[in-house]
Amino acid sequence: MQCRFLIYRFDPEKDAKPHYQTYTVEAEPTDKILDCLNRIRWEQDATLAYRASCAHGICGSDAMQINSHICLACQKLVRDFTTGGNFVIEPLPLFRVIKDLVVDLEPFFEKYRAVRPYLITDEPPPDKERLQDPEEQKTIEPALRCILCASCTAACPINRADPEYLGPAALLRAFRYIYDSRDSARPGRLADLDNESGAWGCKTMRWCTEVCPKGIPVTRCITQIKQAIKQI
Amino acid sequence: MEHRYDVVIVGAGLAGLRAAIELGEDTRVAVITKVFATRSHSGAAQGGIGAAIGNEEKDDWQWHMFDTVKGSDYLGDQDAIEIMARDAPRVVYELEHLGVPFNRTAEGKIAQRAFGGHTRDFGQAAVKRACYAADRTGRVILDTLWEKSVQRGIDFFHEYHVVSLLMADDRCTGLVAYELATGAIHIFYCKALLLATGGAGKIYKTTSNAMASTGDGMALAFRAGAPLQDMEFVQFHPTGIYKLGILISEAARGEGGVLRNRDGDRFMERYAPVIKDLAPRDMVSRCILEEIRAGRGIDGKDYVHLDLTHLGKDVIGTKLSEIIDFAKTYAGVDAAEEPIPVQPTCHYMMGGIAANADGNVVIDGKGGILPGLFAAGECACVSVHGANRLGCNSLLDTLVFGRRAGRTVSRFIHSVGRVKVSEALVKKKVKGFTEILDKTGSERLGPILLRMQEIMMEHVSVFRQESGLEQALEEVRSLKEKYRLAAVTDKGRCFNRDLMDYCELGHMLDLAEVITQAALWRRESRGAHSREDFTDRDDVQFLAHSMATSTDDGSIRLFTRPVTITRYQPKERTY
Repeated sequence: MQCRFLIYRFDPEKDAKPHYQTYTVEAEPTDKILDCLNRIRWEQDATLAYRASCAHGICGSDAMQINSHICLACQKLVRDFTTGGNFVIEPLPLFRVIKDLVVDLEPFFEKYRAVRPYLITDEPPPDKERLQDPEEQKTIEPALRCILCASCTAACPINRADPEYLGPAALLRAFRYIYDSRDSARPGRLADLDNESGAWGCKTMRWCTEVCPKGIPVTRCITQIKQAIKQI
Repeated sequence: MEHRYDVVIVGAGLAGLRAAIELGEDTRVAVITKVFATRSHSGAAQGGIGAAIGNEEKDDWQWHMFDTVKGSDYLGDQDAIEIMARDAPRVVYELEHLGVPFNRTAEGKIAQRAFGGHTRDFGQAAVKRACYAADRTGRVILDTLWEKSVQRGIDFFHEYHVVSLLMADDRCTGLVAYELATGAIHIFYCKALLLATGGAGKIYKTTSNAMASTGDGMALAFRAGAPLQDMEFVQFHPTGIYKLGILISEAARGEGGVLRNRDGDRFMERYAPVIKDLAPRDMVSRCILEEIRAGRGIDGKDYVHLDLTHLGKDVIGTKLSEIIDFAKTYAGVDAAEEPIPVQPTCHYMMGGIAANADGNVVIDGKGGILPGLFAAGECACVSVHGANRLGCNSLLDTLVFGRRAGRTVSRFIHSVGRVKVSEALVKKKVKGFTEILDKTGSERLGPILLRMQEIMMEHVSVFRQESGLEQALEEVRSLKEKYRLAAVTDKGRCFNRDLMDYCELGHMLDLAEVITQAALWRRESRGAHSREDFTDRDDVQFLAHSMATSTDDGSIRLFTRPVTITRYQPKERTY
């Protein structure tokens, strides 16, 4: 089928402000949106810039807006949309556009680094593995699916209003370590998040959960952090 | 812009990150990567990491070693394989200590499952050896090592693409790279340079590999004079989603999934009576294609079924959830209810930059090394995988030899001074690169890429023969000619994807030629290299590693390096 792509274009070297450019692509209903972008780049316009790598929703490179929905271009197929083969492709909101669909994610990773995203232990490890109850492992399992694509943070209305707010992805990472029975920094981690920039910034609007391409119950995980803070 | 470091690591997948962590806080390390670290292709590894820790049933590192040697069709170097199999339990415990969230047994130990070619008692039956975190094992290990690097404060240069290595006095002393966001050129000077750039699956039309898997490190080393070893051995994973090549992990069969042909027959029972669907990948891929050739593909087409419908919701939900999502999203199949259509997909390069078990780059048949240049992970050929890699040995390889390379590099930089690189050389390299943007040309990159992928798929994939290989070699060479006449159409500096495509395509064409030429040379069938005109393994003539170097006139020189055999003499390989 013939598809029409209206794509957000901005090249800081050439453009004073962004504009939209139209491309027509022949595509199968089962083609990924990313396949269509690749075809545009290879066959029509090599100047189009976007990030992509694994092309099956595991590396987290190609989060963008497709018909105003935040999603991964490699995880959505042409047939997933009911817009008669018409697509509007735009970069993630919230972040500064570097070029076309490529945004500057440094502020996103800065917040991620701020939650100390690594295991902290005060006991020397045993010779073999530390034992962990499989049920405890299951508690953090949803957070392990996170691919750092930034969709949730881009979608979060609180994040848009308050640049200080850590945002869902960073909080989800914090959750992953708070509920990991092997981590010994839980009290400090919870204290760090006991404020409006942290867990209490979340007003359970659930946009993060709505857009997460890995189906992670992000809002529920943040709520679990709040519960843990209350129990201190 | 110029940078000076003790060590520069190219690639931020598992091998690169593990080496970076090993180098510790006393060394100035830079990690350069063309994608953000957590986007590295190590993250796509699903099934597990192999180690004989025996948590589920009795296991022994010697069985692991034997399986790896046999899986390699006796081409793997047994001294290196022994190092890897013995070190594996330590690696897994170390990962656990760093925080990797492995699945657990009821007693809280690391859970393990069966994987292709891994057996107990030297081939008696399948054994549970793969330690796993659902079907996202690579992803969680990558995240953990990345987070450890964040904690260490290691310098990362994200979205920098390397265009050339700097050599002086026959030593590697740095590299030239450009920053994607700005197009700015950066010169990195270092005492030691470690390449950990991963594989090159994008040379083939159907692949499980990422768009970034374009063999950059292999090609950069090759152009700088380092040999590429065993490049003819390209692994096709048996179960890629039909038409798309997206990986459905071997863990699906490790958990009890089976392959079926159009008659519903579990055909692997005929080919590998002992371990059936858990035969090694080279064999299962060939069997699938044999079934298809015999007209037993589904509806007579070129795919078979992977049947998981009998596994139950619990196994599927807790151990295979990612691949179930892949099947649903991309094939529209609910794998709990109906079989997944699958066909072989290009997955892994057994070959790579010739290296030893300490991460040194090897330059001749006698084990001589190239000072200052090191390699680890998929881009290197140590060789622990020989002619065919076993599943769950690649994560292990990256971590065992990434760490060892880090240790070697640490010793090396403390024993040598800096070498002065001539300004003229740097200028020449920079000029060579900037000229790419100025170049005008008549050919387009897209058609060259697509044609290369088609040719390699048609003639240099699972089954090969002389006439097809010769045709492929001729066509790849003519594509290289066309490439010389191709130009970058995007002349901008900011995030110029076209320029990166140009560089990557040049790398892949070089490698495609080496793969094809080495495949022509090897007139035998061994592991993943299956010649229809030479169907037997020939240990008299070909129990040797192929080595390929570039020569001054642009042709490829092939020579051999002996295989190290210690414990297990080659014998017939049946399962």
